[in-house]
Amino acid sequence: MSSILHRFEAISRLAIISIFVIVASYQLSAQHDTHGTDKTDANWETEVEHEEFKAGEMIIEHITDSYEWHIISIGHTHIAVPLPIMLYDEGKFHFFMSSVYHHGKEHNGYFISHNDMNSGKLVRKGANGEEIRPTLDFSFTKNVLAIFLSMFIMILVFTSVARSYKKREGKAPKGLQSFLEPIIIFVRDDIAKASIGEKKYKKYLPFLLTVFFFILLNNLLGLVPFFPGGANVTGNIGVTGVLAMFTFIITTFSGNKNYWLHIVNAPGVPWWLKIPVPLMPFVELMGVFTKPFVLMVRLFANISAGHIIILGFISLIFIFGEIAAGAGYGVAVVSVGFAIFMDVLELLVAFIQAYVFTLLSALYFGMATEEAHH
Amino acid sequence: MSLINPGFGLVIWMTLAFGILLWILAKFAWPAIIIALAEREKSIEEALESAEKAREAMESLKLGNEELIKEAKDERDSILKEARALREKMIDAAKGKAQVAADKIVEGARERIESEKKAAIVEIKNTIATYSIEIAEKILREELKDKKQQTAYAEKLLKETSLN
Repeated sequence: MSSILHRFEAISRLAIISIFVIVASYQLSAQHDTHGTDKTDANWETEVEHEEFKAGEMIIEHITDSYEWHIISIGHTHIAVPLPIMLYDEGKFHFFMSSVYHHGKEHNGYFISHNDMNSGKLVRKGANGEEIRPTLDFSFTKNVLAIFLSMFIMILVFTSVARSYKKREGKAPKGLQSFLEPIIIFVRDDIAKASIGEKKYKKYLPFLLTVFFFILLNNLLGLVPFFPGGANVTGNIGVTGVLAMFTFIITTFSGNKNYWLHIVNAPGVPWWLKIPVPLMPFVELMGVFTKPFVLMVRLFANISAGHIIILGFISLIFIFGEIAAGAGYGVAVVSVGFAIFMDVLELLVAFIQAYVFTLLSALYFGMATEEAHH
Repeated sequence: MSLINPGFGLVIWMTLAFGILLWILAKFAWPAIIIALAEREKSIEEALESAEKAREAMESLKLGNEELIKEAKDERDSILKEARALREKMIDAAKGKAQVAADKIVEGARERIESEKKAAIVEIKNTIATYSIEIAEKILREELKDKKQQTAYAEKLLKETSLN
């Protein structure tokens, strides 16, 4: 088993190193590009220079997924991690790197939309000029990379902690182990045991711990404004949707007789709400689906809202800066103060949302496995 | 509104990544951690329990010790009391004996004094008798110096004797 662990460690190290290699090599190529400026490049640059600052667009751009991981722009040199784009459309697969969009042009007829619903996503022009999304878009986007990064971080951290538990058996925790132990015990005692019950909590504990730390880590990484943080993973509805789906599937599959009976024939409800019109069963059945839906929306909305507010404060600096440079600097003092306040608040929210998601998942598991009282 | 439009690719990748993460952690990390934690808690609980037991044993030992000390004290007190009584008795006995001895001595002394006194009185009487006889002799010699007087006295003595 330990050899498998070592292999994971080696793979994750390799992955992290290769990411930095990609970044470094791309930085070089980007610099090369700026030296060999051609006609279109110059046009594009002047276009950029005269572009007005649009706060809404900037904010949406920052909190939605992206085909490349933009790190920083210094002058006209854009440093970004290029990511592979994989599309299946009209019976054909397309593979290319996101760096082809470096100059904001289209590639093979696909371009990045600025249109409301599809904004930030790859589309192609339809026959009537409308934007059409490719049938399947498997692109390895910024959020996907962030998810894999946090996955490797978590595997590294928790396998090493597990190893130190084996090495220092029965002894007091040390280092990373002592930092994580209170959180693990909190999830075990105050979330799993409290919601599911002493007898059955063990089966669900691995999922609850994984979900808790995954959400917490990504919430925290989302607050870091630069690479490898800054991806809004837990503020993405797709990600929270998948997490909620896991909770839904586990809840549904661990539902016992009592749980389903409760849905079909809710106790303590007048009979005429069930027969002849099965109103209560319908409401209960709706509840089965609204519970994970609410989980999805709550996490997504909380994290996105926090990011939007912080970005809004930062935008104020540039909005005023466009009017007059002095006004920009003046507002910066206030804006940065508010942004720091929001960041601290978000730090709290990062923990609270991880806790809430895990607690509610545990409560649903508890409901599904609860034995009849009578 | 692209914010609430989940990307298909992202959902697929996320499901894959989270599934792998869950599988790996549930296989290699969580069981080891959970079991180690439970075992440590158990051992701590046992240690606390045994400490409590040891404390109780100590308490009872202390109680026994106190009883032992109290008993010893009581014994010492009773021994002391007995000793005191014995001493008193011994002193009393000694006093009695001394009195008897003193009385005997005094009695002896008195008897000797008495006898000495008697002896002295006898001597005095003897001496007085001797002196009286001598004095009487001298007186008689003085009175019977001439013959006439001697004859007269003899006749008188004879007369007295014949009358009896």
